Amino acid sequence: MAPVDVDAEVLGNTRLSANYNVLAFAAPALAEAALPGQFVMIRTAAGTDPLLRRPFSVFEILRDAAGAPAGISILCKRIGPGTTRLYDAAAGDRLRVLGPLGKPFTPVTPPAEGWMIAGGVGLAPFAALAEALAEAGTSARLFYGGRSASDLFYLDWFERRGVRLDLATEDGTRGERGRVTVPLEAALASRPADAPVTLYACGPEPMLKAVADLARQFNRPSQLSTERIMGCGLGGCYSCVVKVRDDDGAAHFVRSCLNGPVFDGNALVWE
Amino acid sequence: MDLSVRVGSLVLKTPLMSASGCFGYGLEYKDIVDLASLGAVVVKGLFLKEREGHPPPRIVETPSGMLNAIGLQGIGVHRFVREKMPELRQLGAVVIVNVCGVSIDEYCEVSRILSDCEGVAAIELNISCPNIKEGGLQFGCHLDSTFAVVSAVRKATTLPLIPKLTPNVTSVSSFAKAAEDAGADAVSLVNTFLAMVIDVETRRPKLSNGMGGLSGPAIRPIAVRMVYECARAVRIPVVGMGGIANAQDVLEFMIAGATAVQVGTANFVDPFIWPALQAGIEDYMRRHDVARVADLVGTVCL
Repeated sequence: MAPVDVDAEVLGNTRLSANYNVLAFAAPALAEAALPGQFVMIRTAAGTDPLLRRPFSVFEILRDAAGAPAGISILCKRIGPGTTRLYDAAAGDRLRVLGPLGKPFTPVTPPAEGWMIAGGVGLAPFAALAEALAEAGTSARLFYGGRSASDLFYLDWFERRGVRLDLATEDGTRGERGRVTVPLEAALASRPADAPVTLYACGPEPMLKAVADLARQFNRPSQLSTERIMGCGLGGCYSCVVKVRDDDGAAHFVRSCLNGPVFDGNALVWE
Repeated sequence: MDLSVRVGSLVLKTPLMSASGCFGYGLEYKDIVDLASLGAVVVKGLFLKEREGHPPPRIVETPSGMLNAIGLQGIGVHRFVREKMPELRQLGAVVIVNVCGVSIDEYCEVSRILSDCEGVAAIELNISCPNIKEGGLQFGCHLDSTFAVVSAVRKATTLPLIPKLTPNVTSVSSFAKAAEDAGADAVSLVNTFLAMVIDVETRRPKLSNGMGGLSGPAIRPIAVRMVYECARAVRIPVVGMGGIANAQDVLEFMIAGATAVQVGTANFVDPFIWPALQAGIEDYMRRHDVARVADLVGTVCL
């Protein structure tokens, strides 16, 4: 469907830490159409500063008591003036939310398993994907890495939905010490080569590359959600390009807002 | 109420156009914007061949503005004619193609190809892109080369020809005059202001290209001044742009002397802006008892 620009009421702002928050918006039409892995463009100020909208993955697709789509939430990390406004937002505020945009994840169905790999704020698209996998009856795991135990969020939320957690922190305060791709590699190595597993990843570029490499090494499909500075989210500005290899093997810049943000890990070219 | 304006031989149903480089090839917006309702759709700059453009980061935000250094990524004129024009025609869009080149020959060749393509309404000659090494700005920063490239393309096409001027010169109006003398039907201005943003933590520029072009509301008063100067210097129509974000800004440019306007950065922020701009113009015309929007052009009271 064509994207809509909703003057959305903030339903709630859950501050998870000094820098992370989850912002929930009332936006039934958007929630109805949104698919896991898609994104929205949010205008953080009514005036011209900050000027551009900011892109966010759809974190959760929220439902009302009757189960009807009611809104969406985003996982936001405060890094500049725009995200600071979103961190400071209050219930009842109204913000313009444009979406849903971009290519979604394709959730796998049993007997395939869906393994999500998140680094830091890269958890952003995975609540919605976890719901979709659960709905399909697909066995799901979340490999989730952060700097420290206090940077890992929503663990109970995922566990309640039957997602098995494999955690890693750089300082070793929770889960394995080091990178999240270490437990991922061990898990892949412990599986029979013919057990169908699809990898879904979102996080820093080196992590995405490591996941793409592991997917290739263990011959598993991967769907990677990329992050770029984005101007419009609709293909107008050509700022959010990602390098991909086409069928002929030639590498080209393509717009992550239209051709992504989710890409086949085999198609991405790493610089 | 008459919103139509004349740009050379071209009659536009409204003075509102998308700005090149800010609206893709138009089709990206077909689901949310009625392309036929715009005065014209000015599509992204095209060379003879495809171009990759610069690596990201390609944009950086600044107070009420943004820098871009896309590097004119594009599909080339042949693919545009084949893949984009049929649908643009079908949707009823008035298509103005922004033409790029690294040589006068290339500008002419691209223009010739477009002249043979049904549905191309005019050519905007990009002699002002600040982000590529060859072509673009090098033609737009010297009066002789501006005259030379406009004259050459003038001979290559009978389509309305609209050189797009850079503000990165001492006197834009002398370039508008050079374009007029070379046979241009109109001029459009301003392209972006060459600018730079540095990350003080890393001491590196925030754009991969180092520098980029500043656009957005931050540049609007300078653009209005330049449009005003050019409109007084030439007899051909001036198409004004630079930071237009609402109907009042459109009117400001027209009163300064613009016959039509282009909207770029604001479309990124609000792709649904077009009907609101038109409604705002109509509201103004009602309030000020203006029957023809063209009557507003150049009516600044000094």
